[in-house]
Parts: sequence; structure tokens; C-alpha cells
Amino acid sequence: MAEISEHDAKVNAPPGPLASFWHSFIENKGALGGLIVITAIFVVAILADILAPHSPIEQFRDFRLVPPVWVDGGLWRFPLGTDDIGRDILSRLLYGARLSLAIGVIVVTVSLSVGVLLGLIAGFFGGMIDIAVMRLMDIMLSLPSLLLAIVVVAILGPGLVNAMLAVSVVVLPHYARLTRAAVLTELGKDYVVASRVAGAGSLRLMFDTILPNCMAPLIVQATLGFSTAILDAAALGFLGLGAQPPTPEWGTMLASAREFVQSAWWVVTLPGLSILVTVLAFNLLGDGLRDALDPKLKR
Amino acid sequence: MLRFVVSRAAMVIPTFLGVTFLSFFLIRLVPGDPIEVRVGERGIAPERLALLRHEMGLDQPLWHQFYAYIVQILHGNLGLSIVTQTPVLHEFATLFPATLELSVCAILIAIVLGLPAGVIAAVRRGSLFDHSVMGVSLAGYSMPIFWWALLLILLFSVNLGWTPVSGRIDAIYDVDPVTGLMLIDSLWSDDPGAFRSAVRHLILPALVLGTIPLAVIARMTRSAMLEVLGEDYIRTARAKGLSSFRVVGLHALRNALIPVVTVIGLQVGTLLGGAILTETIFSWPGIGKWLIESINRRDYPVLQGGVLLVATLVMLVNLAVDLLYGALNPRIRHGR
Repeated sequence: MAEISEHDAKVNAPPGPLASFWHSFIENKGALGGLIVITAIFVVAILADILAPHSPIEQFRDFRLVPPVWVDGGLWRFPLGTDDIGRDILSRLLYGARLSLAIGVIVVTVSLSVGVLLGLIAGFFGGMIDIAVMRLMDIMLSLPSLLLAIVVVAILGPGLVNAMLAVSVVVLPHYARLTRAAVLTELGKDYVVASRVAGAGSLRLMFDTILPNCMAPLIVQATLGFSTAILDAAALGFLGLGAQPPTPEWGTMLASAREFVQSAWWVVTLPGLSILVTVLAFNLLGDGLRDALDPKLKR
Repeated sequence: MLRFVVSRAAMVIPTFLGVTFLSFFLIRLVPGDPIEVRVGERGIAPERLALLRHEMGLDQPLWHQFYAYIVQILHGNLGLSIVTQTPVLHEFATLFPATLELSVCAILIAIVLGLPAGVIAAVRRGSLFDHSVMGVSLAGYSMPIFWWALLLILLFSVNLGWTPVSGRIDAIYDVDPVTGLMLIDSLWSDDPGAFRSAVRHLILPALVLGTIPLAVIARMTRSAMLEVLGEDYIRTARAKGLSSFRVVGLHALRNALIPVVTVIGLQVGTLLGGAILTETIFSWPGIGKWLIESINRRDYPVLQGGVLLVATLVMLVNLAVDLLYGALNPRIRHGR
């Protein structure tokens, strides 16, 4: 008798939050596909040293603009062809993956930490601090993001690091707004009041009590933030304001490929395709996470 | 309603001041002196340099320069371009129609294609069409548009030879810039070839610039429609025996449009940002290209004035969208 009721209890117990999340996540084919692609890109990026047949900046002067291997005139030595000064495109793309993911990780980390901090402070303390912080965020949001990033890069000077900084500055207001909104909903709840009554200090309330309960929208935004970061950094590279040649950054590669639109399609198409696939994968993952994490959207 | 309009409009003022402040100080931090950039490698005598700096007020303390700047702005004077010596506002006004024309055509393409696609996808939820629309719009949303532009050039200009690669109209046509909008000006001229040429120049950049708004509008329309189609009044309308065209077109779409209109309004920032890339690639003589060139030439007044004007424009459009939203939706205007 006791055995049966124990068994019943097991069957009827609701799945834990993580299990329930995972269950609704893997139902979403797109999100799963995105996750797989991103994992693959990460593996490729980490193993670039082993996988790449050549150095990304080594110039084979006798093999300029060699087409990919499946086209007439292609060589197995350069599976995806070479660019105008004889660099192996496959190797450049592989190392480019490393750069793009690094850009994503750094931009998201920087903007997320600063944005969350500002949002927490604004939401938690309210009053003049709130107004000052949020007004500043509004001002930043009233400029087209690429224009703001360009202005920041113009000030700091072109380069990969400055481009990452610029993009971080540009996307930071989104995190601040999200965090502030989440903090304001949480602040009035009983568990926060209880914790305050129990004598928790401001810092503890902010980071230990409230922040963990604001994580869901932030995780979604951070995932989508990867795609924004990669896209914007590539756009800056394309405009000549981001990573500088010979760095194998995808956007920078496209910038120097522009003049070969007529003669060598592979120089133009492949870096852009890499950007598209990576950004698409992060967007799919972000959408899937939103569906799985946001109970309001659950059917 | 008046209270709503006034309170919402009043919020623009501190933001505007903030943008002025930001644009002034950020741009002063740029390394490199505009005069040294202008004289380039020829070099310049120190006395002459000091004189020029004095003439442009570059030797004044920073706060003094800012104060002078604010006073000038309030008089409608955004300064002279260091490179061309023409007023910044005048340059902006000359170039803005090109960007306006491009952006309006882009958003029209996005609406004309995106709205019906979103509606049909919602009505035929789960169908092949729905999945294709969602797939394509996700791809459009993830698209690096500078690469998309190159692909379209590769296909339509290089392989098919249908469209030109740059500019607004073929050089052989001499069109009077009456409105500054090439489509209208070329219609005005007697030569029918001029209009055709203008359209062929415009179509690719507009398509490129419209891609992201198109994706956003299609997605937004679909989800707004799905929400509305589940409402009771739709079931009632169907139960009354109305044709499904009437139910979808009249009852559902009108209510679904409220969030969609907002989203369309919010695309203005995306459009102006995208215009920087699109105009650079297609050598389109508009605001975006002007701003990028001003950075390369270290033309402070242009960059400063341009950023300020663009930000003001975006702010005003956002305000208009907010007010429109309040007018469409009483819950918003009485919300506070």
C-alpha cells in the first residue's frame, strides 16, 4: 500500500523548473537547430588552429583569386578559394569565427554587467537617480544604434577593441531598461519586503534577493545581444571603422572584397554567409529561450 | 487628451538638451585637430594655425564653445562645414530629400509586402506559407544588409545588368531639383527616360534598406493578427455569418494594426542607421554617406549638427508615434 502511494507521488510530482524548461525548449526545432549550429561554431572557433589548413594572414602570391574547389580551376589546397592577395579563405573564415564569437562574448558581458548595474540602481533607489539614469538611456536610444556606434568609434579611433566598446555602449540601455522594469515589478512583492524586514542591506536586496528573479528576460536579451553584437561589429568592420586588415574579421573581409563583386563571387559571398548563419542561429536560440522561459507565452 | 499630448511632448525637451550636450562633448573628444587635418601634409605656419584656430573659436575653453554652440542652435545656426564652408543646416537640407526618398520607398516596400504576408500567415497558421514567411522574415531580420546589398548587386547589376550600381540617376539626364525627390522631379521633366532611370537607381537600395523593416513588420503583423483572431468578437462576427474576408479584413486587421503602426514608427531609427550602410554601398548622396564622410574628414560641425538633427528627427517621429498610439488606444492616454 505504502509502495503504491509513493509510486503515485512520483508520477504526479510536477517536473522541476529546469526539466520543464528543457522540455519546452527541445520541442522548438528552430531553437534546437540554433543551439546545435552555435555549438558547432564554438567548436570550430576553438579548434581553428588545428582545422585551418593555412595561416589566416599568409599570402600565397602565386595563387590569387583561386576559386573554390568545386568550380573549374579550384584547388584542394584552398577548399574555399583564395582572396585577392592569395590568402586562404577557409582559414580566414575559421579564425573569423573565433573573432566574431569573442566579440559577442565580450560585448554581451560588458553591456550586460554595466546595464544590469545601472538598471538595478535606477529601479532600486528611484527618485532623481532613476530619472537621471533612465533619461541618459533614452538619449542613447534616440540615436540610431549604428550612428551612435560610429560616433563612439570616431572618438576612440577605429579598431576591433574600440568597435567592441562602441557596440557595448550602444546596446547597454536595453539591459538597463529591462532590469529596471523587472526590479520595479519585484520590489513590491512580499518576499522582498520580508527580506528587508529581516534586515537585509541594500546590496544584498539588490543582488541576492531581486536580481535572480529578473534573470529570464535578461537571458533572452543577452542571447539576442550576441546577434546584434556580431552584426554591428561586422558593419563597423565593413565601414572600415572596426577590425583593421589583415585581421580576418568577417565584416572587414567583406569591405576589401567589394571590388571583386564582378570577378570573384566567392570572396564576397562566403564571409557574409558566415555572418548570416551565426546571427540567425543566435536569433533562433533567443526566440526559443523566450518561448521556453516566458510563462505568458506558454500554450 | 490635451494633457497627454503636453506631458508627452514636454518629455522631449530634456532629451533634446541631453542629445545636444552629448553630441557636443563626445565629438570634442575626437583626437586630431580639424585644421591640421584640412591642411594635410602641406604643413602650416604656426602663426597661421593660431589665427585659424582663433577664427573658428577652437582656442576658447570647452564650456565657452558649448555655450556658443547652444546659442547658435537656438538661432537655427548649426555652424559651417569646415571642409566646404557651407552652413551645416543647408547641407543637411540639400541632402535630406535623398535619404527621405530612399527611406520612404524602403518602408513602403516593407509595408506593401510585409503586411499582407503577415496577415495571410496568421490566417493560414501552420501552413507551408506561414512557415516560409516566418523563415524568410527571420533570415531578413538576421541579414547583414551590407552583404545583402552586395549580393543583390552581384545578381541584378552584374549578372543580369538590370540596374545601375550607384547614384540616383544617369548623368545624361539633367533634372531640376525642385523637390529634391528624384522620382517626382524626374516625372516633372519632359524626358520619360529620366523617370525610368531614377526608378532603376532607387529600386535596389530601397529593397536593401527595406529588408529589416519588412521582416519586423511581417512578424509583428502575424503575431498581432493571431492574438486578435482568438478574440470573442471575431467568433461573434463569424457566427453572424460574415464572409471570412470581411472578418479578417475589417474586424481583425483594424485591431491588429495598432501594435503594427507602432512598430512601423519605431523603424525610423533602424532606417536612418541602415541608410548609413546602404548609402555608402550605393554611393547614394544622402545623410548617411554625408555623416560617414564627415568622420573621415574630421568635419566636427557636420558630424555634430548631423547627429543632432538625426536624433531630433528620430525623437519627433517617436513622439508622433506615441501620440498616434494614444489617439488610437484610449487605454494609453488615460493610463497615467
